[in-house]
Amino acid sequence: MPNPDASGHWGEFGGRFVPEALIAALDELEAAHTAALADPAFTAELEQLGREYGNLPSPLYFAERLSEEAGVEVWLKREDLNHTGAHKIRNVLGQALLTKRMGKRRIIAETGAGQHGVASATAAAYFGLECTVYMGEEDTRRQALNVARMRLLGAEVVPVTTGSRTLKDAMNEALREWVASVDHTHYLIGSVGGPAPFPQLVRDYCRGIGDEARAQFLERTGALPDVVAACVGGGSNAMGIFTAFLDDEAVKLYGFEAGGDGYDTGRHAATITAGQIGVLHGARTFVLQDEDGQTVESHSISAGLDYPGVGPEHAHLAATGRAAYEPVDDAEAMAALEKLARTEGIICAIESAHGLAGALRLAKGLKAGSRVLVNLSGRGDKDMGNVVEYFGFAGAPEKSGE
Amino acid sequence: MHAADAFAKTRAEGRAALVGYLPAGYPTLADSIKAVDIMIDHGADIIELGLPYSDPVMDGPAIQRAADQALAGGFRTRQVFEVTEAVAGRVPILVMTYWNLVERYGVDRFARDFAAAGGAGLITPDLIPDEAGEWIKASDAYGLDRVFLVAPSSTEERIAATVAACRGFVYAQSVMGVTGARAATSAVAPALVERTRKHTDLPIGVGLGVRSGDQAAEIGAYGDAVIVGSAIVNCYLDAPDIPTGHQRLAELTADLAAGVRR
Repeated sequence: MPNPDASGHWGEFGGRFVPEALIAALDELEAAHTAALADPAFTAELEQLGREYGNLPSPLYFAERLSEEAGVEVWLKREDLNHTGAHKIRNVLGQALLTKRMGKRRIIAETGAGQHGVASATAAAYFGLECTVYMGEEDTRRQALNVARMRLLGAEVVPVTTGSRTLKDAMNEALREWVASVDHTHYLIGSVGGPAPFPQLVRDYCRGIGDEARAQFLERTGALPDVVAACVGGGSNAMGIFTAFLDDEAVKLYGFEAGGDGYDTGRHAATITAGQIGVLHGARTFVLQDEDGQTVESHSISAGLDYPGVGPEHAHLAATGRAAYEPVDDAEAMAALEKLARTEGIICAIESAHGLAGALRLAKGLKAGSRVLVNLSGRGDKDMGNVVEYFGFAGAPEKSGE
Repeated sequence: MHAADAFAKTRAEGRAALVGYLPAGYPTLADSIKAVDIMIDHGADIIELGLPYSDPVMDGPAIQRAADQALAGGFRTRQVFEVTEAVAGRVPILVMTYWNLVERYGVDRFARDFAAAGGAGLITPDLIPDEAGEWIKASDAYGLDRVFLVAPSSTEERIAATVAACRGFVYAQSVMGVTGARAATSAVAPALVERTRKHTDLPIGVGLGVRSGDQAAEIGAYGDAVIVGSAIVNCYLDAPDIPTGHQRLAELTADLAAGVRR
């Protein structure tokens, strides 16, 4: 089931809706990726790199106090403990190693809040590649700390001033730049979207999350989880954990999209739940779009989920019913973030809190003792500004110390 | 009226065709109709109407700004048929569009309504023949031209397959990069046209980067059509008001038309 057909489609989704100028590069990339995965030297190098540099495999953690409150067993795949703080290190190490293998000397990347940009700049620094990151101008102001990280790591950060000046426009700009520099540059895309072979390629580098978790779960419990849950923006962490379980029919897969101000308000990023089938950034998938097919701006407290498209394999899993997708709004996600902090002493990313919140909601309808595996895809350090604002922590402490 | 009608005329005159591009609805709906008339009056042989889109990944800053402005002015997809109907009859009118807009409107429905408005066909920059099954069917049903792109990076196999799917003409993207007027056009363009000619008798249009009569003459020496976009949009982007833009467009088109006649 996992692989798309020869032309890069999962059912009606995916494919290549890009200028002809990029087709040769996509063909080259597909061939290089296939050959790399079949080359034991490549996979061994990537595995060693993940272990010694990326802090992989990440632990599987049984959240005991949270489980008591939830009434089901909650298991967390601790991707928040990876180098650079999220599952994204897996994708960038894989693609950067592939870039070297293809003999290219430069990577470009798009970023929303800056997490994929920081991860890309990290991999570029490690491999000695040039790196340019495209970031919406609005985001460069709001995420000044991540801009500083990227610059410290040696990357050039280009503020994007076109369109809505958000992640989708940063992707447009990266695609434009790639057409002009494709002979020596690899586009290190940040999620399981874009033209084939990107969705499959990014998934292949992220699927270690689920491969590890499945083995860890079997070892710890002697069984498979009843439910696997993850947040979905573009969907790389969710595909990363889902892939290993696709053939385990008894395991239910849930993706939780950003419900923003509330699904009913129309201000959200619940692409699968509310979008229609269309073409965006090179693939046919679900898209938040108006009656004419113009892309509609998405909204979420989580910058990493704030994207009006979604990876085509998710669209296919939704259409075939293999995975279910539901919205989780800002308030529900922030409540889960706080609950995890107070019961387990773990501050997760707001993105990951959407996955956790969805799992806790789901738990209410599950039999006691059911086992729920949640991908805790990233840590929350980057989100403390939002947390301060949301919970009103900026005022004076409640009691002054001596 | 189809692209072939224009090429029959320009071939008889022993010259390249001039193709002028402007987003429909820019600078306003009425003025985009006026601008097309100005281009035809001053020697354009084929008109390419852009369909403004929120995420134009193949376009440079000039065309992006024009498209944004048209959308901010409330432009709707169906209005491209109004513009087409208003200007059709004198020269072939093609629409250049990103694929999602057509898919959203309905491929067959779009082809039907565009043909009814007097349109000649579509140029599809982000649709390759491999993904174009529905469009090939609809364009056959309504007798529309379909223009796909070839690029300097295209392999021989891909050029052969692409031109086999084209009708009307073939669009040769002459530089690896987005649309935009450039001081010097690409050195790889003649090589791409030569490679493409080995696979087809269809006319080959050369796009991206032309901004003067001199460049038009240079491209007209090896291409069958000279496609001008950003330079036309710039007439309005840089002008203090729309009448000045119309004036500049008339002068530019006359210069380009003289170029293809050299």
